[in-house]
Amino acid sequence: MNLTLQVWRQAGPDVPGSFATYEATDISADASFLEMLDLVNERLVLDGDEPIEFSHDCREGICGSCGVMINGVPHGPQRGTATCQLHMRTFADGDEIVIEPWRASGFPIVKDLVVDRSPFDEIIQAGGYVTVDTGQAQDANLTQIPKETADLAMDAAACIGCGACVAACPNGAAQLFTSAKLAHLNLLPQGDAERYERTESMVGVMESYFGSCTNMGECETACPKEISIDFIAMMNKDYVKAKFRNRRSA
Amino acid sequence: MATASPATTATPPPQAPGQVPWIVQLYGTALGKKYAMAISGILGLGYIVAHMVGNLKMYFGAESIDGYSEWLREGLLYPILPHTVMLWILRLGLIAALVVHVHAAYALTVMNRRARPTGYQSERHYVAADFASRTMRWTGVIVLLFIAFHLADLTWGVEAVNPAWEEGAAYANLVASLSRPPVAAFYLLANLALGLHIYHGIWSLFQTLGWNNRRFNSYRRSLAIGVTVVVIGGNLSFPIAVLTGVVG
Ligand code: FES
Repeated sequence: MNLTLQVWRQAGPDVPGSFATYEATDISADASFLEMLDLVNERLVLDGDEPIEFSHDCREGICGSCGVMINGVPHGPQRGTATCQLHMRTFADGDEIVIEPWRASGFPIVKDLVVDRSPFDEIIQAGGYVTVDTGQAQDANLTQIPKETADLAMDAAACIGCGACVAACPNGAAQLFTSAKLAHLNLLPQGDAERYERTESMVGVMESYFGSCTNMGECETACPKEISIDFIAMMNKDYVKAKFRNRRSA
Repeated sequence: MATASPATTATPPPQAPGQVPWIVQLYGTALGKKYAMAISGILGLGYIVAHMVGNLKMYFGAESIDGYSEWLREGLLYPILPHTVMLWILRLGLIAALVVHVHAAYALTVMNRRARPTGYQSERHYVAADFASRTMRWTGVIVLLFIAFHLADLTWGVEAVNPAWEEGAAYANLVASLSRPPVAAFYLLANLALGLHIYHGIWSLFQTLGWNNRRFNSYRRSLAIGVTVVVIGGNLSFPIAVLTGVVG
């Protein structure tokens, strides 16, 4: 396949960037999107140019580091697929592909397609854990949890923290990420004890970096793990309860 | 290497929580403002539905709607409350709801602008965000301007807006106003904007208030469409009826 790429190039956080055009020739349809970028980079290096900086780690859709905007959609055109899992066969020979980093004040650009997603870490630090030792793997089997509840918690736990929800949201809101992280703990007995403290503090940090949700549902369609906005409704309900319950301790 | 630091979107809260009532504290947060918008939106919706239904009386002639408007002013809960008292309670409630709704919308819009100071430099393709949801701010502003015009036109009878206005003659006033084609056109346009606004609003409020149940979620869309079609259909019929001579 031969493709024309428009890639956002930006040398550092505080310098202006712009799109640069590259011809990606002789790309296998079975290559992943990142392998295609690797090839382009290899050729750039041989020509003595700076390679395109992009984040990646697992390349199997579980670490969440590889997200970029592909033709105006986070992680590209295929639903439920992270950039690293996207194959070039989803494109047609001769296509032009525009690649841009996430845009959000909470995700400043570090270089080219790489953004700093550390506010997500801060949200997790604010309560995305259980404060007591819940035991070893086998101890999980001592607590009975209905199958439906376990499944729902698992759906939420599928979040890989890639930031596509923020990137997709016209308001730059991080509701889908935060609500998924909350639900995966809050739904289970081990996490339930700290449900309201956790909800209040994680939402607090979220609001200090990101925008406010207007229920457009764009995040849900961009999520590579197809996490439902039902979790956002759950978070909204818990948050008001949390504010009421925690009102004296504030 | 220079490091980028993520910018914050929050307006720092006025200090000393704990001394502030929890409901005020809640309104200080973005999620709390969304709650306030949903609840004030429900109040507004209730009013809009009642307003449309009441106006259907114009199809039964001048006496019917004039009598109804007289009752709204003098007869609501009379004699439990003195004349016009209940009307003013409702009016103050609506004004409060409108103020909260607009203030919260403004504050959240500012926050959202801060959350993405530099937009996408390439074309953005939306998958789920529909026209109604992306134009809430604009349809909201149109409705707000319309409310001001509508009050001047038919409630206060401001000379410059509706020169033929007379106290107590609801039917004659609305016919005089809506038989002017530009005014009728503005009523039609404003109601289309209102339709887009309540269509997204009705769906959205369930999400905001956390009234989410997987068994009923699929009905939220239908409810939003149904209410919107009925209310806006009724409202659109009024200027059309006057223009075509059905009413008047
Ligand atoms: S590289 Fe890990 S999710 Fe794509």
